[in-house]
Amino acid sequence: MEKKPGIFLEAQNITKKFGGITALNNVNINVHTGKVNAIVGENGAGKSTLMKILSGVYPDYEGDLYLNGEKVNFSNPKDAMKKGIAIMHQELNLIPYLSIADNIFLGRELHNALGVLDSKKMHKKTKELLERLNCNLNPKTLVSELRVGEQQLVEIAKALLEEAKLVIMDEPTSAISDSEIEVLFKIIASLKEQGVSILYISHKLDKLRLIADRYIGLRDGNTVGTIENAKEASKEDLIRLMVGRDIKNIYKKDSVDFGDEVLRIENICLPKVINKSTFLLKDINFSVKKGEVLGLFGLMGAGRTELLETLFGLHSKIMSGKIYVENKEVRIKSVRDAIKNGIGLVPEDRKEDGLVLGMEISKNVSMASINNVVKSGFLSTKLEADLSKKYIEALKIKTPSEKQLSKNLSGGNQQKVVLAKWLATSPKVLFLDEPTRGIDVNAKNEIYHLINNLAKKGLGIVVVSSELPEIMAISDRILVLSDTRITGYFDQASANEEAIMKAAVV
Amino acid sequence: MTDIKSTLVKFQSIIALLVLCIVLTILSDRFFTLENGWNIARQISINVCISVGMTLVILAKGIDLSVGSMLAFSGAVAAGLLKFGLEIPAINTFVGFTVFGAILAGVVVGGALGLFNGWMITRFKVPPFVATLAMLTIARGATMLWTGGFPITGLGENFAFIGTGWFLGMPMPVWITAIVVVLAVIITNKTKFGRHIYAIGGNESAARLSGININKVKIWVYTIAGILAAVGGIILTSRLDSAQPNAGMSYELDSIAAVVIGGTSLSGGRGSIMGTVQGALIIGVLNSGLVLLNVSPFWQQVIKGLVILVAVIMDRLNHPHED
Repeated sequence: MEKKPGIFLEAQNITKKFGGITALNNVNINVHTGKVNAIVGENGAGKSTLMKILSGVYPDYEGDLYLNGEKVNFSNPKDAMKKGIAIMHQELNLIPYLSIADNIFLGRELHNALGVLDSKKMHKKTKELLERLNCNLNPKTLVSELRVGEQQLVEIAKALLEEAKLVIMDEPTSAISDSEIEVLFKIIASLKEQGVSILYISHKLDKLRLIADRYIGLRDGNTVGTIENAKEASKEDLIRLMVGRDIKNIYKKDSVDFGDEVLRIENICLPKVINKSTFLLKDINFSVKKGEVLGLFGLMGAGRTELLETLFGLHSKIMSGKIYVENKEVRIKSVRDAIKNGIGLVPEDRKEDGLVLGMEISKNVSMASINNVVKSGFLSTKLEADLSKKYIEALKIKTPSEKQLSKNLSGGNQQKVVLAKWLATSPKVLFLDEPTRGIDVNAKNEIYHLINNLAKKGLGIVVVSSELPEIMAISDRILVLSDTRITGYFDQASANEEAIMKAAVV
Repeated sequence: MTDIKSTLVKFQSIIALLVLCIVLTILSDRFFTLENGWNIARQISINVCISVGMTLVILAKGIDLSVGSMLAFSGAVAAGLLKFGLEIPAINTFVGFTVFGAILAGVVVGGALGLFNGWMITRFKVPPFVATLAMLTIARGATMLWTGGFPITGLGENFAFIGTGWFLGMPMPVWITAIVVVLAVIITNKTKFGRHIYAIGGNESAARLSGININKVKIWVYTIAGILAAVGGIILTSRLDSAQPNAGMSYELDSIAAVVIGGTSLSGGRGSIMGTVQGALIIGVLNSGLVLLNVSPFWQQVIKGLVILVAVIMDRLNHPHED
């Protein structure tokens, strides 16, 4: 392929599948030289997967990558780095108890003929790199002593050492303060002047609009369009680029008559532990009725998971606010208090937090309600088997028997086991955190139907999701969380993708 | 086919044990005798006792390096109280101890040390390795202080009965250990507490989110490990009719070896009490056989180490996807 002027990297027809799930589907993007190329898209649009392909983390994919017109295939991140592509991950990859210089030269240390490290030279070079970034940190400073913004600078310096031609930045502003963002943007501007291309991923649209030269929209693993001249794009244009899909044959919740209020929360606040004046959650109020599904929409970092955790007694020492179950104020100081008061939580990460993977289905199902399978002081294998058989049937868990180890189940079936565990506690209200994350389309639909049926039986349900179509399909009402606060409230009549997304990117 | 394989895997310790016994029976005419059988049983009873506690700790994703020292201190406390009583100069009182009282005191002391381990680990988040390493030194030092560095001997016939006596045709230490094993099997398989141990070892985060009181379970597990070390200490002291200040040195290693050979995963959540019993039996039979065959003690250590490696390699091959 011939080299096209002004285009540093071209990705053609990139497809990437994980098991049965297509994360990227024939994606085509160009990265323009010396520009800030911004990728916008919801959670799950495929942004991170694309970045990992471009930076060599995933060597297996369909499609072609061209660098200055030359076909490339990176077998690992080091390979990509050699070709001039560096990635700055959302979670910084620095070693805390090594100095700035040690981190920058990690894996490519300078040494003399005897193999002794040449610290002097490395410090000098580090100093130069940091100066290029207008930063006068001492190269000997330990990374653990740096603020997050400064750590990002070190990451950038690391990229510069490799003479990176393309720096990929994944949500670089999510963890740093406004003044640090200013510094970062100045650096990006000067990198551009030096001819470095930037691929910038973020859903903080307001910040993004200050820095982007052009936009690429990614949705459900497809490229949906580009806006070449960023100045001409309004925020609405960007939101349309992120959402605006045709809604076709997607599941729709049955409408039911709601019962009495089952959960109400008032002024829930959660300070950051370290600094009591900043918050992870601020003045959250809502209520759920029996039979109602309340959707909580928010993008990554909005505080969704923190909210559920707080109501589930995991931050009882620092939270404030009131929780009412069936109009009675309750104090939830621990998970056990939550369970006792009829609250259940299906956590976001079922493998890390939901299941004991090495245990049988039956033991996972009974875990949160184990007293129900105790007979005269001892666990009854029969009661336990009966309990899990009941849910295997009711939730249609596909398994040869209740003795199957949970790790041998598919994602969808694992999720059902977690659901069964909580249903076994006879909850009044159930929190579901990203209940369909990482499971295939059919299993997703099954979970939607389950949620629907549970609501019909009088359960109050709060679903957190970062997938817009999902939250719109399954919820009776939708609350939008953004930057620790509730920024939007919609009922089925007023909910539309653009309005919700607009509230979520404040 | 896979059924045969999984059955073989399931019973690999027993199979190994049987093979070992057959080989030793062929090689030595003194191995397969009732007398030698009781010998082995008596010898391993202390290790089994400690290792039951160790199994619980390891199932909960912990480790206890202090069992040997706790054993020594508890044994010494029981022996000291039995022989000399307790003088409390402050209130000018002397308390004498019966055999039962002394034993009870020893067990309570062991439990208290274990409780302290658990408290350090849960309250101050000291890693189990470090907390129990500290206890290893503390309890050993305490033993030296208590005994003044000299053995406490001459504890009387009643006390000696525990370690050397027979009851209904079976040695007393074997009785005690058998009871401990039966209780532990019931606890691990049939009680909430046992289930919680497995859940915590398998996935602590999921266990916490299911409402399990992690700290309480862990504190109990370490306390039980302390109590069982004390029971082992009392059996040992009684058998030798002497509380040695350096008793139980490196017992923690034999105990971990028994647990590991028995197929319990050091990363927690998987394993069983009966597996540990088999592990201890393999070590015991091996020891006895090598002695009968006049193999040098130095070689015995080398062989024991190799057996541990083989056991763990087998375990890794059978569970390739853990960690």
